[in-house]
Amino acid sequence: MDILQLEGTEDTPKVTLDKKTGMLEISGRSLPEDSTEFYKPVLDWIETYAQSPNPSTDFIFKLEYFNTSSSKLILDVLYALEDIQGIKVQWYFHEEDEDMEEAGQEFSELVEIPFEFKAY
Amino acid sequence: MNFFSDLHRTMTSQKLILAYQGEFTQETTKSLLTTAERSLEASEEDQAIKRKVFNVMVESLQNIVKHNEEFAEPDRAHTAIFLVGREANGYTIMSGNPVHKKHVPGLEGTLDRINGLEKKALKDLYKKIIQQTTLSDKGGAGLGFVDMARKSGERLWFDFPEMSEVYCFFCLKLNVSRELQS
Repeated sequence: MDILQLEGTEDTPKVTLDKKTGMLEISGRSLPEDSTEFYKPVLDWIETYAQSPNPSTDFIFKLEYFNTSSSKLILDVLYALEDIQGIKVQWYFHEEDEDMEEAGQEFSELVEIPFEFKAY
Repeated sequence: MNFFSDLHRTMTSQKLILAYQGEFTQETTKSLLTTAERSLEASEEDQAIKRKVFNVMVESLQNIVKHNEEFAEPDRAHTAIFLVGREANGYTIMSGNPVHKKHVPGLEGTLDRINGLEKKALKDLYKKIIQQTTLSDKGGAGLGFVDMARKSGERLWFDFPEMSEVYCFFCLKLNVSRELQS
């Protein structure tokens, strides 16, 4: 399966989706004006991956900032991951960033996926 | 040239660290964020406050960009303004942009409703909106305002002075306090 690798910019996150290494991560800043367009390839990749996933999948979110337009798409990413067997989300937040920790908790309440919270 | 010193005096008395008027696009948003971020870094602002100010700025700026899309032709009279002030007890983020009068009752209703909600109710509303809005719904049913209210922890101050028969000037002001938020 193809690797999806997007370099982070000042308003879009770094994305690494690699089935072979099991590295599935979105990190950095997500503030695009059009989040739908940015997240389309991510959602497409997950849709394909979900058809024959690895035995266990850890999806990493390590976000510094995200806008409200991204929050809807992050929820869509989580919905797309929801039915994968052995899925787990690792939600990273800066140790002093209560808002990011709370945001992760809110997402975890909206989907049936185990979340692991990690301060850095 | 009196306006020049008047403007400077106003900016100083209002403790403005950023003032911008003109075209608003995603590119403008990015560069204003970078400028504000540098200013916050230079003043060695607390990380948590910095993040809240940054978040409120993002939503406020992208709100202007979104509203300005309805003006087909760029017109000086329709330019928006964005200001950030810094005082001892915190930051003030202010935006002003023309909106069609037909949008005013809806905006007032949304903002009044948000102002009437406590922290927990705002959180519930936020979750409800992100679950209900579809991908194509760029408006987001006031999600940006809800987020701003949550980050600010204070009431949203707003006003809609009349500009013309067709437009009002949507003024929105938010505070991000340095006091510890509960």
